[in-house]
Amino acid sequence: MASITTQEATPSKRRRLGGVREKGAQAPPKPPRMNWRLRLRRDKSLVLMTVPALILLALFNYLPMAGIIVAFEHYDIYQGILNSDFVGLAEFRELLSNPDFWHAFENTLVISFVQLILYFPIPIALALLVNTIISARARAFIQAVVYLPHFFSFVLVITIFQEFLGGAGVLNVFLNRHGISSWNVMTNPHTFKYLVTAQAVWKEAGWGLIVFLAALAAIDPALYESAAVDGAGRWRRMRHITFPGLRGIVVLMLVLRLGNALSVGFEQMLIQRQAVGAGAADVLDTYSYIYGIGGGFGSATTFGADYSYGAAAGLFKAVLSLILILGANKLAHAFGEDGLYRK
Amino acid sequence: MSTLTNAPRATTTTPRKRAKGRAVWEENPTVFGRFGKSTVIAVTLAVFIVPVWAVVVTSFSTKASINAAGGLVLVPHGLSLSNYHLIFSGGTVTQALTVSAFVTIVGTAISMVVSVLCAYGLSRPRSFAQRPLLLTLVVTMFFNGGIIPTFLVVSDLKLYGSLWAMILPSAVNVFNILIIRSFFQNTAIELIEAARLDGANEWRLLWSIVIPTSRPVLAVMTMFYAVAYWGTFFNALLYEPDSRKWPLAMVIYEYTYSGNQMPGMGTTGIGGLADASQLGLQMCVVTLSLVPIIILTPFVQRHFAKGMLTGAIKG
Repeated sequence: MASITTQEATPSKRRRLGGVREKGAQAPPKPPRMNWRLRLRRDKSLVLMTVPALILLALFNYLPMAGIIVAFEHYDIYQGILNSDFVGLAEFRELLSNPDFWHAFENTLVISFVQLILYFPIPIALALLVNTIISARARAFIQAVVYLPHFFSFVLVITIFQEFLGGAGVLNVFLNRHGISSWNVMTNPHTFKYLVTAQAVWKEAGWGLIVFLAALAAIDPALYESAAVDGAGRWRRMRHITFPGLRGIVVLMLVLRLGNALSVGFEQMLIQRQAVGAGAADVLDTYSYIYGIGGGFGSATTFGADYSYGAAAGLFKAVLSLILILGANKLAHAFGEDGLYRK
Repeated sequence: MSTLTNAPRATTTTPRKRAKGRAVWEENPTVFGRFGKSTVIAVTLAVFIVPVWAVVVTSFSTKASINAAGGLVLVPHGLSLSNYHLIFSGGTVTQALTVSAFVTIVGTAISMVVSVLCAYGLSRPRSFAQRPLLLTLVVTMFFNGGIIPTFLVVSDLKLYGSLWAMILPSAVNVFNILIIRSFFQNTAIELIEAARLDGANEWRLLWSIVIPTSRPVLAVMTMFYAVAYWGTFFNALLYEPDSRKWPLAMVIYEYTYSGNQMPGMGTTGIGGLADASQLGLQMCVVTLSLVPIIILTPFVQRHFAKGMLTGAIKG
């Protein structure tokens, strides 16, 4: 956190965090700075408007951040957060010596890698293809159809997958009718990483499609025209105009993906954990919940739950994620692109 | 490869007519390219349309046609509303629909009011304490306490088991606020200045000028929030031990994905499976959860590109 604060606070850079407009606002000479009392009086209704959001954030984001101390305690529900025994790093020591935890870590990285390789290129390829369709109505229709599952919850997506690929699903009914033995994709731990990737692609490809199509639309058509006049065929135009035009957005999306490398579909894993087993479905995200609250589905059992251990796992992941996100943004800036924030 | 036989004919007659929107300098697509492209697009569309279609058709199918198909019904045959009659007589689904509707409507209203106010409060140039306030928001995007501390806090706030536990913890989405803010920063500055000279205060400016000129982004954000609440699952799993307070997604998880018998819908229950198949009933619930999304999406669809891309990518 300290690193963010220092970055944001440097005066030369502070203008860049937010919207587009501030960039333009640099140009005119700044009016003399008013006394803060005057500015507060002038802007008090503006500040007041942010209060509801700040209260909610304080309750449900900042209070839990303070609640992280349970990771350093032996939390006892009867004693509460403030009176439980302080045990320092004991929970972390236990965490790091637990092979299950390292297994979850490994699963996270493997699934993340598979998603990067298989999931990332699909929307780009689809966008290149859809972009060649001339009819605007057809393009809009395809976007609408592919984008629709973005709004389905993962419970829905997985249920639909289950009905098609599960033991009693369309695929196996078809296979059995033709005398081929069943092939239950939904419960196979070995192919689980491809299954979750397929689900993620089905759900989110439309989002990527819209993003990349917008980037393609932003490429100046005059470039294509002059290249064609100079004799460049469609493949050369793609290589020398389309690809460089997409570079920025691809770098950005890659960086965002890298920053979220440790978040691989929390609900997906949780829902399918029983079907494929903990060995395949435990990832960092779910580990904290399952080992902290007890994984009693629908009924978070207060007894036998090891809150401190779960909180330690959660904190471990949160810190690693923070490092990754900041690192990924550094990388984006090194490529000369805006990351999640501008710097 | 029937397309190959077509190719010579095209060359012997007049040159193929150019598609209307195709630029003059662009070469016509090859037969192979055209064929490959349409195949890929047809397959892609099928991958997205067929599952949704099958779910909806199955939910309207009779037990006989579901049994004949051996699972999901792809070709409609003997449609009926009997599954829906049965499911609405059972209580579980009606209850879940009520919960989901409550969470969605109340939650979206709260989220939108809070987000729009906050976005506007941070959107005026050089306003008081804007940087620190913005930073307070942004920090939560990068770091969070994690599930366990959040769970403990929500429980300590006496929200455990309450419907509000599915609304309040996720009511503020900082990402959405930043998108709305960047929109507000760009709307009608001249109008705002003019209205301010006429004596309008900030509340008035927000209500009469900024909100009416930002309808596209507000429509998209309403949709985003509503869809998130409509699909709320994990908060329900965490905080709702009582199955009467389960939203639709929990009911789908419990009775459709996991395949548990729905109370009052089992073989021994009222109605029973005599005139309905379990699968048909399950698909009813899935359909009920899909339908509002499919109906609402087209209304905000045209705003997506504008609403999302300005802010979303370059938050």
